[in-house]
Amino acid sequence: MIPAPFTYKRASSVDEAIDLVARDGEDAKFLAGGHSLLPLMKLRLAVPETLVDIGRLSELSYIRDEGDQIAVGAATTHGELAASSLLGRDLPLLAHAASKVGDPQVRHCGTIGGSLAHADPAADLPAVALALDATLVARGPAGSRDIPAADFFRGLFETALDPSELLTEIRISKPSAPGWAFQKFSKRAIDWAIVGVAVQGGQVALVNMDQTPVRAVGVESALAAGASPAEAAAHAAEGTSPSEDLNGTRSYREHLARVLVRRALEDAQAHA
Amino acid sequence: MKVTVTVNGSQIDAEVPDRTLLVHFLRDVAGLTATNIGCDTSSCGACTVLLDGRSVKSCTLLAAQADGRSVVTLEGLANGTGELHAVQRAFRAEHGLQCGFCTPGMVMAAVSLLQENPDPSEAQVRTGLEGNLCRCTGYHNIVRAVLAAAGEREAR
Amino acid sequence: MSILGTRVVRTEDPLLLTVGGTYVDDLRVPELTGAARVTFVRSPVAHALITGIDVTAAREAPGVVAVLTVADIDDLPPPPPAPEGEPPPGSEAAPLPMGGPWAEPLLAVDRVRFVGEPVALVLTDDTYQGEDAAELVSVDYEPLPAVIDLDDAVAGETLLFPAAGTNVPVNVGAPADGSGFDGCDVVVERTIVNQRLAPVSMEGRATAASWADGKLTVWVSTQNAQISRFIFAGAFGLDPAAIRVVAPDVGGAFGAKIGADRDAILVAWAAKHTGRAVRWVETRSENLVGMTHGRAQRQHITIGGSRDGRIIAYRNEVIQDTGAYPRMSGFLPFLTGLMASGPYDIGHVETANRVVVTNTTPISAYRGAGRPEATAAVERAVDLFAAEIGMDPAEVRRINLVPPDKFPYSSGGGAVYDTGEYVKALDQVVTAAGYQELRAEQARRRERGDTLQLGLGLASYVEITAADAAGGETARIVVHDDGTATVYTGSSAHGQGHHTAWAMLVQGELGIPMDKVTVLHGDTDLVPLGTGTYASRSLQLGGTAVHLAAVDVREQARAVAADLLEASEPDLELDTEHGVWQVRGDPASSRSWAEVAAHAGPDGLTADVNYTSQPTFPFGTHLAVVEVDTETGKVALIRHVTVDDAGTVLNPLLAEGQRHGGIAQGAAQALLEEMVYDADGNPVTGTLVDYAIVTAAELPSFELLLSETPATSNPLGAKGIGEAGTIGATPAVQNAVVDALSHLGIRHVDMPATPARVWAAISEATASTATREGQ
Repeated sequence: MIPAPFTYKRASSVDEAIDLVARDGEDAKFLAGGHSLLPLMKLRLAVPETLVDIGRLSELSYIRDEGDQIAVGAATTHGELAASSLLGRDLPLLAHAASKVGDPQVRHCGTIGGSLAHADPAADLPAVALALDATLVARGPAGSRDIPAADFFRGLFETALDPSELLTEIRISKPSAPGWAFQKFSKRAIDWAIVGVAVQGGQVALVNMDQTPVRAVGVESALAAGASPAEAAAHAAEGTSPSEDLNGTRSYREHLARVLVRRALEDAQAHA
Repeated sequence: MKVTVTVNGSQIDAEVPDRTLLVHFLRDVAGLTATNIGCDTSSCGACTVLLDGRSVKSCTLLAAQADGRSVVTLEGLANGTGELHAVQRAFRAEHGLQCGFCTPGMVMAAVSLLQENPDPSEAQVRTGLEGNLCRCTGYHNIVRAVLAAAGEREAR
Repeated sequence: MSILGTRVVRTEDPLLLTVGGTYVDDLRVPELTGAARVTFVRSPVAHALITGIDVTAAREAPGVVAVLTVADIDDLPPPPPAPEGEPPPGSEAAPLPMGGPWAEPLLAVDRVRFVGEPVALVLTDDTYQGEDAAELVSVDYEPLPAVIDLDDAVAGETLLFPAAGTNVPVNVGAPADGSGFDGCDVVVERTIVNQRLAPVSMEGRATAASWADGKLTVWVSTQNAQISRFIFAGAFGLDPAAIRVVAPDVGGAFGAKIGADRDAILVAWAAKHTGRAVRWVETRSENLVGMTHGRAQRQHITIGGSRDGRIIAYRNEVIQDTGAYPRMSGFLPFLTGLMASGPYDIGHVETANRVVVTNTTPISAYRGAGRPEATAAVERAVDLFAAEIGMDPAEVRRINLVPPDKFPYSSGGGAVYDTGEYVKALDQVVTAAGYQELRAEQARRRERGDTLQLGLGLASYVEITAADAAGGETARIVVHDDGTATVYTGSSAHGQGHHTAWAMLVQGELGIPMDKVTVLHGDTDLVPLGTGTYASRSLQLGGTAVHLAAVDVREQARAVAADLLEASEPDLELDTEHGVWQVRGDPASSRSWAEVAAHAGPDGLTADVNYTSQPTFPFGTHLAVVEVDTETGKVALIRHVTVDDAGTVLNPLLAEGQRHGGIAQGAAQALLEEMVYDADGNPVTGTLVDYAIVTAAELPSFELLLSETPATSNPLGAKGIGEAGTIGATPAVQNAVVDALSHLGIRHVDMPATPARVWAAISEATASTATREGQ
């Protein structure tokens, strides 16, 4: 219930934040909304010795129309994403998925950057980033670099970020193919997805079908070859490795993936 | 570390351990015990307060994150002259509470919900309260209370 | 117009809605100033020998006042010997908890038997230091095989209590020989599960204690302050007069806070042992393994009857998992047996039950305590029977429900049901819900092969409330010389609104307005004798006690008023509308309660009542309507219509609230909740992330119908409503899920009907259909 003791530091700039974390190495973590990290710390599953608070850096909180791209500051909250009229118009998949994260209180605090950096395979936004071919901008002591979403998620709770790198921005090209959908299947509305599907045009990403979010490449190929939603969806579980737990066996998840992909593709066609 | 939080309009300054959760700051430092702790996984919402006007789970925030900011708890909801908020009135009228333990968090979540959506449908109220668990009421009268409070605000 | 029977908003609410309740963690009383915080060290393993405990590092941690283990418990008397004539362990009437070889220690002595069993206590100056210090307590465990599966427990290869020689502390009832089912055209048998649940009151367990000048004061989040006092007296070898127990505001209990458990006793002991006031407030993770669990029965049901729908015989054979310690002896399955045949007139009823220990959290009462299990079993049995003979489940019920002219009805389970209108309740629900239209819609969806199929589930139930009515409930009323009144009640509300209800009774009987009535409960200094709130007993026993005390006061006042008015008693009347005594027909003579009470003497008017009675039997019917997504298995409860008849309703607002809350918990058992352990006895659903409490988003608004068939055993005509909603809701929702899938040949789905479980049933049914069709 109570985190182990740690030292709290507040950064007044991105560079300062990076510097503070770089100094303490493995024992320092960035704190944005804290809604992935603090729950782990309260159960003492994570015991960082230093937290560097970046939650107030307004330079990390924005949603900008940059012509053929949209740029989202990493510390933008899920609630802000969900309420954004810009996103609602130009990137509704992101706005809609953000509106499904957790509950209203969580959405007032949790951030897109935090969610992506935490890389829980059952989280909604990592799969969305994958479906949108987002570019994740990371900054560290050595400077800034762009990481394609396809290269970002490396394993269970593991990303391409170095420990002292901070996500600063998520850049997404405005989709040329209209038609999007998001299917999140869970027991209760507040639960993590048992399986989820994010669709943008012909790009399909899966939530909780592996240790990272994954693109349903079998589905995408079928679609590109002109398959119907039902035909394409039959490939949904190919190449995936879903876990077995209280919420379902592997075969149940594979089945759900096929059903949800089909529904998502049908939805997307209707939206187009 | 030194933390300054405006709670229900009053500034509270205190030296607290860095790991102090906001809910403990409110209960033990500010002495406001209405806000309750019902779980340890950010699931139940009993600890819900308003932070700069928006509902948050105070058990999942450090007091340090609220430094320099403004918090409203149940105790601060009635206006200065003691007139109850529409949500408080409605919860009583509709029997939206039994043991009362989830109530402070539930009321604050409802206040925030109505601020963002002043005229919600029943479905929107139910989804809007998904982050607040109640074991006594079955939610039926809580939903009625929130809709009644919305109606009253509409009528005003 | 009497206030009784009207919707009155609660007097409890103004405080709760402005400054919040005062639960144990909120207490700021002088005795607890500077109280140390207690953090328990609990076993992380399900079954092990303790080979060593090292507290040296913990003792040095910042803020540590004491680290206490079993070695420090040298100042408590041994438990008293069992009194003569006490029923032996193994019999149904064995005392709760079971002692002898099954005795549960305070702190684990040489072994632990469930994850969460307390092994040590750490006292620190403040809360945050507690977890830090507790982490430093080092306990060596030598694991033993964990007994989790019920059949493994029965087989007894590993014994939890070697001295007992078995894992089966209770075994009653004759084995099945089938003879009772001769003469049945149709016999259906099934093994079903009533799964383990966690009560999850929003406030967990909490206790604070202070010893001063030879007196112990304990504040406990409990349903029974007076019973708790006796428990502490026994544990400490103290005269109860030296103990004060206070139940402050209690954040829900649902049967899991009856009395005081070993953790509460340990907290009180820690205060004695260290001389420092202490406070303990458990975390939710602790609560999910440390507070008792509910249900956990495996049931083998057999139902037999004729093809015209008549049920002739029914058997429910129960294995009750009682967890690591048989705290409830055979009591829960005894109640299951007592109510086995439900509201049906069944000629031949057999029950049998075994209680087994397993390396899991102990089982105790949870909203319904043995009766939901009975109803869930017989309601599944009725639907299985209906499916077998191809008759609509509503019709089968109608044929077999006890008709109104058979009351009082002696059931095959051994209970005597007092009053009831069972068929009327069924018809009321079926009509209000539009049952025929729903069946038509179901047929249309089946015809079309819709993905979303409709299911209708019925449950007719009768339940026993105030089972311990012979133990009674107390009330004292004092009318003061200022015209106000104080009610001291033995009942112990934890959300039920007794303060409002008892004030209504006083206003109704005496005309003293509610805002002049103070109700006090839960403090043994103020209310030394009483039983408390469980078993849905409070209105019929505690409320009647208040009513009778009010009547007593009224008659005392009559004599006093006669003296005051120099009139004769028969000429006086009490105008309850205005709360004044007067000579009949002469309003000018009227005297207020203040004047009459003052005239009685400096202490005003007082009446004391200890009201005993008999159990009562509320009843009803629930209809659940579900939509099942046959591609994913997800179930949505879209309507829930009920009659819950608990006799004369005192305050419809409060009664409805109890029904709503009960329905939600009942539906949650059917659809979502289950306490799961892995094969090693580790809880898999150990936090609220995994233990799925229902939220507002999963439930519809409920449709409650009114039915009042008064009880005859008490002047209020009241039966108990607190648990009825839960008892009816669970089987209605479960039956609805099965009904939604019956066209696929599915006859049963165990609870909870999670998407995975429902889909597995669908997938198996459609696979076997495909196989058959392919042949």
